Amino acid sequence: MAFFEGKGMTGGYGGPDIITSCTINVDQGEIVAILGPNGAGKSTAMKAMLGLLELKSGIVTIGGKDISKLSPQDRVKQGISFVPQTRNVFTGLTVRENLEMGAFLRNEDLEKIINEIYELFPILNEKKSQFVGELSGGQRQQVALGRALMTKPSVLMLDEPTAGVSPIVMDELFNHILKVKKTNVAIIMVEQNAKQALSISDRGYVLVTGENKFEGSGKELLNDPEVRRSFLGA
Amino acid sequence: MDFINAIILLLNYIIVPALSYGSQLALGAIFVTLIYGILRFANFATGDMMSFGTMFAVLLTWYFQSLGISLGVLPTALLAIPFAIIMMILYMLIIDKLVFKYYRIKKSPPVQLAMVSIGVLFVTQAIVRIIIGPFDRRFFDGERFILKANEFKEMTGLNEGLTIKSTQVLTIVVTIIVVSILFWFLNKTKTGKSMRAYSDNEDLALLSGIDPNKVVMITWMIAGVLATIGGVLYGLDKSFKPFVYFNNMLPIFAAAIVGGIGNPFGAFLGGYVIAFAEIFITYAYKKFFMYLLPESLEPDTLMQLLSTDYKFAVSFSILVIVLLFRPTGIFKGKVL
Repeated sequence: MAFFEGKGMTGGYGGPDIITSCTINVDQGEIVAILGPNGAGKSTAMKAMLGLLELKSGIVTIGGKDISKLSPQDRVKQGISFVPQTRNVFTGLTVRENLEMGAFLRNEDLEKIINEIYELFPILNEKKSQFVGELSGGQRQQVALGRALMTKPSVLMLDEPTAGVSPIVMDELFNHILKVKKTNVAIIMVEQNAKQALSISDRGYVLVTGENKFEGSGKELLNDPEVRRSFLGA
Repeated sequence: MDFINAIILLLNYIIVPALSYGSQLALGAIFVTLIYGILRFANFATGDMMSFGTMFAVLLTWYFQSLGISLGVLPTALLAIPFAIIMMILYMLIIDKLVFKYYRIKKSPPVQLAMVSIGVLFVTQAIVRIIIGPFDRRFFDGERFILKANEFKEMTGLNEGLTIKSTQVLTIVVTIIVVSILFWFLNKTKTGKSMRAYSDNEDLALLSGIDPNKVVMITWMIAGVLATIGGVLYGLDKSFKPFVYFNNMLPIFAAAIVGGIGNPFGAFLGGYVIAFAEIFITYAYKKFFMYLLPESLEPDTLMQLLSTDYKFAVSFSILVIVLLFRPTGIFKGKVL
């Protein structure tokens, strides 16, 4: 059984179901990419695992424990961290304050964790007293990642971490995500840049109209002719 | 010598009064801006909440006076402020629980909450009128002046006197202390930072585990402190008349918006911008020019741009101009 798993998830935002019996799982130290065309329910599947929408059926477990009934806030306490696609930083706070807010629920000494984050993202140390609203897009994404890591999560969920950044910054961000993976965190990410995402992922899921269509290792999916034709544009 | 006289004239009639009036507005404006930034609505009950807090300070001051308690040269009201603050905070928390909370949980749009606050305004106003009545009340005691006009004239040998009232100095000193503590709290403490984070990005604050109920409660508590202190300082400096407090809401809102709504530091400076603008524009400059110009050019009018009766028109015009040309205010608004 995988470490973090959403099994047979069906649900939507009150209206029609956006995902139907969708299953996604991830182990610690693994990166899993959720791919698919626009409107396939990629983000919805991820949000369902965080508890941002009510499921009609299906369960979500972490480390074998059923968390389907917990609120998003309580799931955060269980070690799940989420980086939304937009508005994922506090723009009116400094870089350091953003990190401090990430660890709001932790009472012990923050210095150690903050220094670990600075080691992972050296640019944040350089800009620690600057307001995040003044940083570039790539730097903001690093703040967002850093904030999410402050809780020392066992699962990190990223909603399109590279949306709207240049290709160079994208490579840099993917490198950072690989570094995070080495700290034994389970990473799930929704991505538009399918090829690049699969190249750093251990496994991938392709969703179509809210259902699992293909799944396999990054390499398998990249080489699958049908997946290539439909979703990778080649 | 005439030049110095002219400067003293301005100091006496514009600068000193505007500094103390500006401080009173600043406290109210920070109150408005905090509620807007965190609870996300324009609180039209601001003026009447200030009069509610002040009412308790007035009643307690009278009670202390009847017991023979006094602070010597300082006004007894200072002693009453902490108790009045407690009453004010209790009232605000009760109102929040009974009224605002319902609309907050329903996620009502800000306009609806603003309308709700008008209801709170009427109720608060009625309570104040029932308890203390609509009349003008004075509750100042202690030493009225720090510097009297004749003393100043004797000291310097100038024609113009400079009067400094103790309430003016008290207002400025207390405001600086209160505002410094507030900014220290918002920028340096964990709770203060979480309030700024909540104001900045509510969803992310919730994901970070910040408790919205605690943030809202602390916001009302700070608001209670600001409302009571601001109201009492105004009442000591002028007098306590509930209707005047209601009227003061216009310059207070103007100050909050000029400074960028949601930005406490902007609101603080906005208070002084509005106060100086009001007094500069409504002051009669005749005497000032008599000192500076040769006799042949002496003005035969009052040299007053606008009668003091229209001082609210000044705040209102500034409000409209800012909203038209720079809706985010002088400082970037919507950030706490």
